[in-house]
Amino acid sequence: MAVETTHMRKFLNDPAAVVKESLAGLAAAHADLLRYDVANQIIVRKDAPKKGKVALISGGGSGHEPMHGGFVGLGMLDAACPGEVFTSPVPGQMLAATKAVDGGAGVVHIVKNYTGDVLNFKLAAEDAADEGIKVTSVVIDDDVAVQDSLYTAGRRGVGATVLAEKIAGAAAEGGADLAKVTDIVKRVNARSRSFGVALSSCVPPASGKAIFELPEGQIELGVGIHGEPGRRRAPLGYASEVVDVMVEAVLSDLKPKHGSKVLAFVNGMGGTPLLELYLVYGEVDKKLRKAGVEPVRNLVGSYITSLEMAGASLTLLELDDELTSLWDARVHTAALRWGV
Amino acid sequence: MIVERVMDAATISSWMREVEASVRVERDHLVQLDSAIGDGDHGINMARGFEAVVQALGADNGSPPGRLLIIAGRTLVSTVGGASGPLWGSALRAGGRVLGDQTSFDGAQLAEVLAAALASVKDLGTASLGDKTMVDALEPAVDRLRDRIANGEPVAQAMDAAAAAAEAGMRATIPLQARKGRASYLGERSVGHQDPGATSTALILRALQRAITSEA
Repeated sequence: MAVETTHMRKFLNDPAAVVKESLAGLAAAHADLLRYDVANQIIVRKDAPKKGKVALISGGGSGHEPMHGGFVGLGMLDAACPGEVFTSPVPGQMLAATKAVDGGAGVVHIVKNYTGDVLNFKLAAEDAADEGIKVTSVVIDDDVAVQDSLYTAGRRGVGATVLAEKIAGAAAEGGADLAKVTDIVKRVNARSRSFGVALSSCVPPASGKAIFELPEGQIELGVGIHGEPGRRRAPLGYASEVVDVMVEAVLSDLKPKHGSKVLAFVNGMGGTPLLELYLVYGEVDKKLRKAGVEPVRNLVGSYITSLEMAGASLTLLELDDELTSLWDARVHTAALRWGV
Repeated sequence: MIVERVMDAATISSWMREVEASVRVERDHLVQLDSAIGDGDHGINMARGFEAVVQALGADNGSPPGRLLIIAGRTLVSTVGGASGPLWGSALRAGGRVLGDQTSFDGAQLAEVLAAALASVKDLGTASLGDKTMVDALEPAVDRLRDRIANGEPVAQAMDAAAAAAEAGMRATIPLQARKGRASYLGERSVGHQDPGATSTALILRALQRAITSEA
């Protein structure tokens, strides 16, 4: 049985230094927007702390670029805490970030639902509270590929994270208070659902080996963003058929009302070109309209990636007027920029 | 009558050095297990964490054993990340608090240290026996150690039995379907794989047995 290539050439100096060297490069490229605090391994908005503004921080393993460092700037995150590749950051990073960005109005922690991220953010929030900083935490869990129950770790946080950071970031920029910004993050999460498909595995720099092997002609349905295998394998069909599975999985869980307006986010996993992502978006757009759902906003591109994994995820967010206007509000970060 | 040997700060330092050597040797095996049902970083994270622990303890100047466990736990929390950092970090801190400032401890107190570590892991990770996690190795070891110590067995022998219980618990994770941690996302596909967290936990308990035995 033929398998994909397990090894891949990478731009590296020292595999153990890949995260730090990449963050230094991000800071060099976007010195107008952000700074890199080397000692604490955090990316901080250049003009933070902004007095009286609610601050947003997020974090997680590296390997998902541009998330989260690429989302630090006007109208989005105040700081990002990158861990090692696919490993959550440590509480000291989140505490340092929280202190660096607190402008007195409180800090919202946006946490993706992975056991490690949740535990480390929890310890950091306790430490921040001990230091007298008002912190709220919202756990993002939009991945419908994972069965949710009281007895499991629950759904993963994927594409909705990007949307929540943009929309809540706009609310904070507009002067909303801590309770309001927190509520916006929760609303975006509650109204979003995602589903991902992988056409290849990915190769973490430290191990140099693919996390899983896909036999010729097979794809992984229901993957996350850490190269972890999905729930099942299926033969690779036409793009139209694969998109059918994605749209059906998301719609059957989100259950939008007929005539609903949605934001459709077609996300690349890192190794799929825009040529294909737009093809996927075209299929998504058609299928949504056919299902009586109107994609009034969209985002197409690689924003929450899994190293060089080939694949895509679909996130749908059911919009209302407030969320739509916050989505349209100006943003200026390394990865998202409009209205400025 | 058996004269029970006392353990002290040197036991803890020796335990942590044994863990560091063990996870270094087993690093690739842990990565391989984690690649099957997780994201393939467990061996790398544990190796990085315990290397930092050995460094931190090497720089310590005469702290009592409980204090050393707390320093080790803090170091894990601040260097490992992932789930294993906070879980083992909290476990060692909880264990260290049991010993307070006392300079030595006996087998019964060692059992209480591990029981506190287990309670902390279950509390923070909300996992129970059978969820295919580190609890599946740690809980049988704690129970076995307590029983054997209560029956008057010497601590080195009791700890050997406890490490064996952890190893049996580790192997027993193979047929289980994961209900906690990243492996739970795979649902039924997690069946048939040994849990990496239970595996490193068995290594940590075997390292403790070696630390106690080598001193005897």
